Amino acid sequence: MTAAAVTAAQLLLRTRELLAAHPPATTAREDFLRARFDAGLAWVHYPEGLGGLGAPRTLQAVVDAELEAAAAPDNDPRRIGIGLGMAAPTILAYGTEEQKRRFLRPLWIGEEVWCQLFSEPGAGSDLAALGTRAVRAADGDGDWVVDGQKVWTSSAHTARWAILIARTDPALPKHQGITYFLCDMHAPGVEVRPLRQITGEAEFNEVFLTGVKIPDAHRLGEVGQGWAVARTTLMNERVSIGGMRIPREGGMIAPVAAAWRGRPELRTHSLHQRLLELWVEAEVARLTGERLRQQLAAGAPGPEGSGMKLAFARLNQEISGLEVELLGEEGLLYEDWTLRRPEIVDFTGRDAGYRYLRAKGNSIEGGTSEILLNIVAERVLGLPAEPRDDKDLAWKDLAR
Amino acid sequence: MSAPNPPSAAPLDLLYSEAEEELRTAVRSLLASRCDAAAVLARIEGGAPHDPVLWRVLAADIGAAGLLVPEKLGGQGASHREAAVVLEELGRAAAPVPYLTSAVPATEILLGCDGADCADLLRELAAGRRVCAPALPLTLAPGAPLPAPVRDTGAGPGGGTGPGGGHGGGTGTRTLSGSVTSVADAAGADVLLVLADTGLYAVQADSPGVSRTPLVALDLTRPLATVTLDGAAGTRLADPATARAAIAGALLSGAGLLASEQLGLAEWCLAQTVAHLRTRHQFNRPLGSFQALKHRLARLWLDVASARAAARAAADALATGAPDAPLTVAVAQAYCSGVAVKAAEECVQLHGGIGMTWEHPAHLYLKRAKADSLALGTAGHHRGLVADFAELPSP
Ligand SMILES: Cc1cc2nc3c(=O)[nH]c(=O)nc-3n(C[C@H](O)[C@H](O)[C@H](O)COP(=O)(O)OP(=O)(O)OC[C@H]3O[C@@H](n4cnc5c(N)ncnc54)[C@H](O)[C@@H]3O)c2cc1C
Repeated sequence: MTAAAVTAAQLLLRTRELLAAHPPATTAREDFLRARFDAGLAWVHYPEGLGGLGAPRTLQAVVDAELEAAAAPDNDPRRIGIGLGMAAPTILAYGTEEQKRRFLRPLWIGEEVWCQLFSEPGAGSDLAALGTRAVRAADGDGDWVVDGQKVWTSSAHTARWAILIARTDPALPKHQGITYFLCDMHAPGVEVRPLRQITGEAEFNEVFLTGVKIPDAHRLGEVGQGWAVARTTLMNERVSIGGMRIPREGGMIAPVAAAWRGRPELRTHSLHQRLLELWVEAEVARLTGERLRQQLAAGAPGPEGSGMKLAFARLNQEISGLEVELLGEEGLLYEDWTLRRPEIVDFTGRDAGYRYLRAKGNSIEGGTSEILLNIVAERVLGLPAEPRDDKDLAWKDLAR
Repeated sequence: MSAPNPPSAAPLDLLYSEAEEELRTAVRSLLASRCDAAAVLARIEGGAPHDPVLWRVLAADIGAAGLLVPEKLGGQGASHREAAVVLEELGRAAAPVPYLTSAVPATEILLGCDGADCADLLRELAAGRRVCAPALPLTLAPGAPLPAPVRDTGAGPGGGTGPGGGHGGGTGTRTLSGSVTSVADAAGADVLLVLADTGLYAVQADSPGVSRTPLVALDLTRPLATVTLDGAAGTRLADPATARAAIAGALLSGAGLLASEQLGLAEWCLAQTVAHLRTRHQFNRPLGSFQALKHRLARLWLDVASARAAARAAADALATGAPDAPLTVAVAQAYCSGVAVKAAEECVQLHGGIGMTWEHPAHLYLKRAKADSLALGTAGHHRGLVADFAELPSP
């Protein structure tokens, strides 16, 4: 099957063949996912042999709808989101043939969870300032030794692999001497410590890297080209956030609306006004996301993508804040402060207090709202960059 | 919990088709040549904002006035989607043309009432030969009670079937008396559609007993008048029930498509402001390089992008007659009014002193945006409708 030949009808046929050969009711979850990957129906726009068929990205919807109707098992994007949304497209774009074959299949199936070792205590928004060092090992076999500290690393406690950026030449300006690696989280010298967060649980972690050996075969892209590779990851991060299709009154607005309908005693006029404003905004955000998807499907990706993350961050925070207020006395309570290390990121489950606190991260994780506003202003509206003096200085000479 | 739920969303096409983009190009280039800001200001100062030549080209040559009219009645047989694109461009130009009165609600009212007189009038409107204004206050909103300040005061000059005798669409002529305030585009209209206690009537605007008293309007580009009928002759188009249903439908379409005018207006304001801040220097830097301003504009961009989705949703829901169209329209109106006003206010503010001058067109947009936020229901009114449709009752 060549790329040009793949049609919706053919995909439907293939999907039905998959379902016939592996009836979801009697097939083990991972077996079904493996068969789906091997049939090229995992991400249809990926190449053949790597879980896809080189089909247009939009046709994935055809496959998904058919599988959903058949109640087929899915890989849980909440558990493997970093792998799916960020590691995979970067490996696809920059990986060697061997790396693609080694990593994409277990990643997609969820046998191997990924995390992202980017942020450091001294490098968040200014990610290119990172200081974790990677040097060639003394034994001369071309492998690398990594030392440094990463922070706020989601899922590091469940991850088998990490995408990692490290500095390989401190004498160069900060965007230059960076190299991108695929890091084995089980390698000696990788230490993951839970980092308790605002919600009481530890969804993210601190990661200490001490003399961690990374074979040169696990370098992604050229030495010193890590920033370009990382930009691919970050771009995909923002596309994957907010890219989910939601029904009317889906997402954070659902529990508030349900409480409003089910518990008339909680209603006040001022809350009503705010609820309606937010309901309208949530519906408009849903439509904006829908329009973005239709543009992507029509092959004309619009700049709305970067806006969606901004919109959802603000909405989630306002809606969850309203919900706590609406609940009155109950809003004073919190479900559970025990330190837990959850396997999945659960934005809408749990109680209102949790939602309120967790939503605070929506405008920080994956690029803060301030940084995204800069991106919209400069890349979408074409406004000039602010004058800056850090771009040409050697990394080692930067203020810190 | 078995609480009721809002109607689930109909699938919508939120993009623009190629034909729609072609229509946009035609309208935009016409407006660029005939309706630049200086020309609009000059006409306003001359006391006659409407440009009949522009209207004729837009309505007849481009065919914009007949988009909602079926082909068999001389129209384009297009839909609300295309009309929305025209309104985006008219909003972008703050164009003083009676599109949102004649080509949308008046046309929809006539489409909602059968009869030979309606068909004849629709033909005239679609061809751009005549302009028609519904004699209703511009603020009248979908879902609000319809006022009926006009009385049927007896048989008209030509006699004919009386209100008790004929059925909807009867061709009787009656005399009408009463007065309606804040009627948009009445001054430039040839025909007024008048709701009286006995039905809907077409009244020739220049006939005896009709007076149109211009009001000094906040929005210079959409003139308002008080229409007073004093024994004026009206041709009966529909019985009261038909008339009311037709008007309700027309108000829904009007409100839904107003969102597209608001979108176009907001887009102009954003684009002008971005262009200005890129070139104006203060403190030895382009103003647009200051983050405080960049963030404001980036937020406004997001609001405008969201307004586009909301306005397109309303146009598409109206075009396809989606069952949840009233909710989608209410959402669009509840959202787009505020975005247009905010865009115009930011435009004035970020242009500094220039933005406060009469010469700079920003004020035309601010006035249009603010008036639009009252037209066809305020955001608050539409949020109330959302509460009804989505079953989120007030305390
Ligand atoms: C829940 C959560 C999960 C995360 N998961 C991961 C992960 O898995 N892997 C990973 O690598 N990282 C992760 N992060 C880290 C995240 O990417 C960073 O926190 C983020 O990029 C911001 O960096 P910072 O925290 O150092 O804030 P800082 O950069 O110190 O920013 C502090 C404040 O200053 C503002 N600011 C900074 N620079 C500018 C500027 N130029 N203009 C205007 N304002 C500015 C910021 O917007 C922010 O409000 C996670 C964070 C959270 C909250």
